[in-house]
Amino acid sequence: MSEPVTSIRRPVRLEYDFTAGRAMSRFLLGLAEGRILGQGCPECARVYLPPRGTCPTCGVPAEEEVEVSPRGTVTTFCVVNIPSQVLVVPVPYVCANILLDGADVPIFHLIQECPIEEVRMGLRVEAVWVPAGELKATFESIRHFRPSDEPDAAYDSYREHL
Amino acid sequence: MREVAIVSFAQAPSVRRETERNEVEMLTPVIAEAIERSAISRKEIGFTISGSSDYLAGQPFSFVTALDAVGAWPPIRESHVEMDGAWALYEAWVRLQIGDVDSALVYAFGKSSPGDLGEVLALQLDPYYLAPLWPDPVSLAALQARALLESTGYTERDMAEVAARSRRDAQSNPNAQVASDFSVDDLLAEPYLVSPLRKHDCPPVSDSAAAVVLAAGDLARRVCERPAWVRGIDHRIDPHYPGVRNLAESPSAALAAREAGVGDAPVDVAEVHAPFSHQELILRDALGLDGRTAINPSGGALAANPVMAAGLIRIGEAARRIMEGNARRAVAHATSGPCLQQNLVCVLEGD
Repeated sequence: MSEPVTSIRRPVRLEYDFTAGRAMSRFLLGLAEGRILGQGCPECARVYLPPRGTCPTCGVPAEEEVEVSPRGTVTTFCVVNIPSQVLVVPVPYVCANILLDGADVPIFHLIQECPIEEVRMGLRVEAVWVPAGELKATFESIRHFRPSDEPDAAYDSYREHL
Repeated sequence: MREVAIVSFAQAPSVRRETERNEVEMLTPVIAEAIERSAISRKEIGFTISGSSDYLAGQPFSFVTALDAVGAWPPIRESHVEMDGAWALYEAWVRLQIGDVDSALVYAFGKSSPGDLGEVLALQLDPYYLAPLWPDPVSLAALQARALLESTGYTERDMAEVAARSRRDAQSNPNAQVASDFSVDDLLAEPYLVSPLRKHDCPPVSDSAAAVVLAAGDLARRVCERPAWVRGIDHRIDPHYPGVRNLAESPSAALAAREAGVGDAPVDVAEVHAPFSHQELILRDALGLDGRTAINPSGGALAANPVMAAGLIRIGEAARRIMEGNARRAVAHATSGPCLQQNLVCVLEGD
């Protein structure tokens, strides 16, 4: 009996033209101008960031544009000790959920320019943008967040957004 | 069996390429319209289910993202099929049989334009024997058309008549993508695309979305003047590998039609999911439909074929004719897989 066939090569590659959609397009184009744009729900008044065009809680269109602050509060964080295949950040580094002032949904980003043992819930941070000439319609226009040297936010100010 | 009816239907107009809106943004107004027409409040809907394919969107778990269009809070009972929304409707019908919930939202989205639909559909085939050869859906359908023409009395003229009628009827369907008034002779003078198929024998590539609301018993009667009652529904499947089937006929469609009770009484209107013209000929025979039944007054899949939504749209179009009082008994059919491999048949009746 001949040897069994244990593998065949069958390369598959599909290409897609991604449709960002109206909401994400506005958000990404805002980043190219150094602005952070969310959307407010007409029913529950929450401001979603990044915006999706709808309120996933109420299931209604949420198209009112709301510019939020580049400053915010760390609502939770972790310290990563696993080197990333794709992120060029030396370990250990800090990932955090950051509730920007004016938004009701925290965004995920890196905290840098700060000793990792100083990162804490309630820490006030600000966005660090790429140089103005390098701003593009991508989330990478924000390099990371860093402490903004403000007093910590009170727990009650973000407890509903954990 | 518990009585279950379709009480509302909404769809987005089919277009070749929706460049501005993503899937969620296409779905949001469609779901809102279906719920509003159902007169059942969003929070009262007992079960929610969708049909879609991540391969079309090029995005993993795209059906989870799509829930943004639903309003899934407080947490809802939700399910999904990686199939046409017609199969999601089937699961919703089964779910309603349990009796603890009285209504269901069923939706489907099919945005084919981000990728190459022919390549995407090739990946539904056997991954070792067929997919490495990248057979495109038009070529597979052409094999089926040839088998039909050579083994029966059907001709290319019969196929062109299906196409001419479908695209003429589509002129009165505002959601159709391809609508025109051509004579059969004009169509037969066109060159072959993949012989024996000409361009008119093939469906357009479409972006669209659709939604249906189901309600059981008294709730259906309360919210809808003329509910489209689901009197029979069945899904059957032929073997996966096209080579082991007789492509000129559809045993699974015939069996599903028998189990759903298509032949028990005259059928006023049938919405048959036949993406290719010759497939309508096969399905008419399998479903036992004759000249007394109006077939695909919407224009059918030859006028708009949003993959993953086109089957649900057939059910919605058939139900709409009952709800609007233009038919008493209707048949809807949905297909999936290469060359009519899977077939779902649904019999709808008014009171």
